[in-house]
Amino acid sequence: MNQPRILEVRTKVLKKNDELAREMREEFRDAGVVVVNFVSSPGTGKTTLLRETLRRFVVEGIPVAAVVGDLETDNDARRLAESGAPVRQIMTHGMCHLEADMVRKHIQDWDLHALHFLFIENVGNLVCPTSWDLGESIRVALLSVTEGEDKPLKYPGIFNTSDIAILTKCDLASVCEFDRNEAIYNIQNVRPGIRILETSAKTGQGMDEWMAILRSMCLKC
Amino acid sequence: MHELSIANNLVDVVLQQIQGIGCAKVERIHLKIGALSCIHRDALLFSFDLVTADTPLAGAQLQIESLPIVIYCNVCAATQTLPGVQSFRCPQCNTPSSDIRQGRELDIDSIEYVEVDSRPIDTPIPEGSSS
Repeated sequence: MNQPRILEVRTKVLKKNDELAREMREEFRDAGVVVVNFVSSPGTGKTTLLRETLRRFVVEGIPVAAVVGDLETDNDARRLAESGAPVRQIMTHGMCHLEADMVRKHIQDWDLHALHFLFIENVGNLVCPTSWDLGESIRVALLSVTEGEDKPLKYPGIFNTSDIAILTKCDLASVCEFDRNEAIYNIQNVRPGIRILETSAKTGQGMDEWMAILRSMCLKC
Repeated sequence: MHELSIANNLVDVVLQQIQGIGCAKVERIHLKIGALSCIHRDALLFSFDLVTADTPLAGAQLQIESLPIVIYCNVCAATQTLPGVQSFRCPQCNTPSSDIRQGRELDIDSIEYVEVDSRPIDTPIPEGSSS
């Protein structure tokens, strides 16, 4: 029997996804479309916040579109489509996160040059989407006031890789005895310097600030 | 359980890497996994065995080196290793830092393999050979 030999590899396990995501990021930039990836646990309110975001852009006449990932059903795509924006559902059939090739496959016949923003609503999960780059311009982590202030400490990876954090359902904060200072402290502890917004898609709290942030990123507005 | 997708990607990369090098069997794959990569070690080991069954990688071992988070602290002007993942503050001076130098790795470092025996089948093994 021969002695084992060592092959130095020093390669990323997710090389294929990373390379595709890099290509997609270049395509998005060339097309002038800003891509926003929403991540959170299930039930945080990604769909409601996104529907309201899309609706406001549609009213302003800014062309936007969205893809939404779920294990099963196209319920979220139907909810988002109420905004009037084009929406595609990605059904992952059991997979707990979106990967770059799933997104590419579902948007390949869209004219990216015609869009100002493309939103990706990831599968509701605070662990699995962390390592999967989708070619997005920014990653936005959502945390609802009903979930508990220490969630960022339990799932630091996803918050640490996000560019903006949004507290959702703030209209329910007092009912849930939500300690906003502790939540903000915890988010800042795992992602120092991150911008944090406090919103309620239901009452409209924080929505103007959120829309202003998006508009400031727009490459064509 | 995203470890199954990770394991599938791992197998694809390893099979690609060992192509054309005369590999008879992969003995061990050395991985470096950062504390921020959200990988559950046991789930990855389980998934790896599952996806390698009936492939040339069946029976190969995963050797996982866990890497702690290392940040750069502007105040100390030095890199600092963090004791955990809940606080991105310098352990020396408590200054927050988002300058992460280590901890997001999900890398294949090296592959240990046995070469295809190039000796003709009938060639006797020399005496005193250790293998």
